[in-house]
Amino acid sequence: MNDDGGVLDRYASLVDDEAALRAACERPLPSVVRVNTLAADADRVARAFDEEGTDYERVDWHDGLFRMANRSPGTTWPYAHGWVHGQEEVSCLPAMALGHEPGMRVWDTCAAPGSKTTQLAALMDDSGVLVGNDTSLGRLSALRHNAERLGVTNLLVDQQDARNYSLNGFDFEEFDATLVDAPCSCEGTIRKNPDAFDTWTLDHVHEVAGIQKGILRRAVQATRPGGTVVYSTCTFAPEENEAVLDHVLREEDCRVVEWDCPLESVDGVTEWHGEEFDPSVAKATRIYPHHNDTGGFFLAKLRVGGEDEGVSA
Amino acid sequence: MSDGEGAPGNDGSQFDRLPATADEREVEGRATREEVLDWWAERFGLAPETFANHTFWEKGKGKIWVFADDLPSPQELEGVGMTVLRTRQEHWKPTTTAVRKWGHLATENVIELSPGQATAFAAGHDQELPEWEGDWGYLIATHELAGDQVPIGVGLYLYDELRSVVPKGYQEELPDLGE
Repeated sequence: MNDDGGVLDRYASLVDDEAALRAACERPLPSVVRVNTLAADADRVARAFDEEGTDYERVDWHDGLFRMANRSPGTTWPYAHGWVHGQEEVSCLPAMALGHEPGMRVWDTCAAPGSKTTQLAALMDDSGVLVGNDTSLGRLSALRHNAERLGVTNLLVDQQDARNYSLNGFDFEEFDATLVDAPCSCEGTIRKNPDAFDTWTLDHVHEVAGIQKGILRRAVQATRPGGTVVYSTCTFAPEENEAVLDHVLREEDCRVVEWDCPLESVDGVTEWHGEEFDPSVAKATRIYPHHNDTGGFFLAKLRVGGEDEGVSA
Repeated sequence: MSDGEGAPGNDGSQFDRLPATADEREVEGRATREEVLDWWAERFGLAPETFANHTFWEKGKGKIWVFADDLPSPQELEGVGMTVLRTRQEHWKPTTTAVRKWGHLATENVIELSPGQATAFAAGHDQELPEWEGDWGYLIATHELAGDQVPIGVGLYLYDELRSVVPKGYQEELPDLGE
């Protein structure tokens, strides 16, 4: 049982079923793999699992996700061949929300260790330019390893502070789409990181929110008018979610747009601890662990530029 | 950064695009795009069109990377696509990951392993395979999975023995599909 140290108390007023949230946070997270479509399709993966006697359950909302029954995915043939990669269900949403077209230039601002990055590469059919950026060399090494393991060739691995990211060195000046899967307080990962609440402090939440604002602002600046920016975190704290959006909506030329979330979710909150946010942050998506038996997640899709810019995109 | 008189040398800290042909080569010992395509064609029967849209890059001594698009050269990045080949040695060596990505297109120097042999190979074990009558040197080892031959990795065949050169990080104890 997790001792949440009162962290979940903060969010009791935000959820429909507080008991269900608390119960879900105490259950371990199912082990899930995503099919790497650069190497195999889902039916072939299923056939290979069947041949070697690996038990699984297909995820109903996504053809390319398998919930593993027992065996660690790493000791299966499909994993050894780079046909699958461990990635939990909610973590598949940002790449799906970003959208993709052939030949796109995409920036993943906080890419390591790369499950979402490699999913993006697969959605791009390993073409175009995908820049996977992160600050830590150790984490970049994991990103490189994962991309290599999955046969990704359209990835450029870069080490910069995303808050003042420079495109010098490329032969283009802006991206078509940008993913900001921001560093966060990770409250929503409590089911796989049982100590996620132990190190929680409000100071840390505020500190990381400052970083998130800086990265999201730079992401909007570096994306062409009409392009898309997706902002996501694995935390419940409105300080790191809607408040970050509210800040960037005021500072940069962008707006929150609707997107079609394939999982059960609720709207972003427009008010928190006496602070009111831009009403459009309600278009963002909150997913609590008890909704779909997943981790917790937050996602917003932003469109860059004014109403009439880049309407063809 | 120069290791020769008048000619720019290989700078290990950056990615340099391979010259198209030997005529355009400025760095001594650097493989050319043409040589890389010829090597894959001659060793494994891979059509040069396989890499038609890709660019090749060298970083460090002889390590060749392949990127899906075009890009100004040089690049000071942490990664440009994926590693594909080790050059600047007598026998060029394909990477495990390149073989896993493109090995299904190979028509030569492919050794099909039985279920038991495949499991041993994936775990990094060398094995006696005197029945192989093809070339010595680097081979693509495959096994049957889900209806097709699937590349597992790179083997080095010498003196009746297939050595697994699957890197430690990719070695794994996997199920024997014959049992």
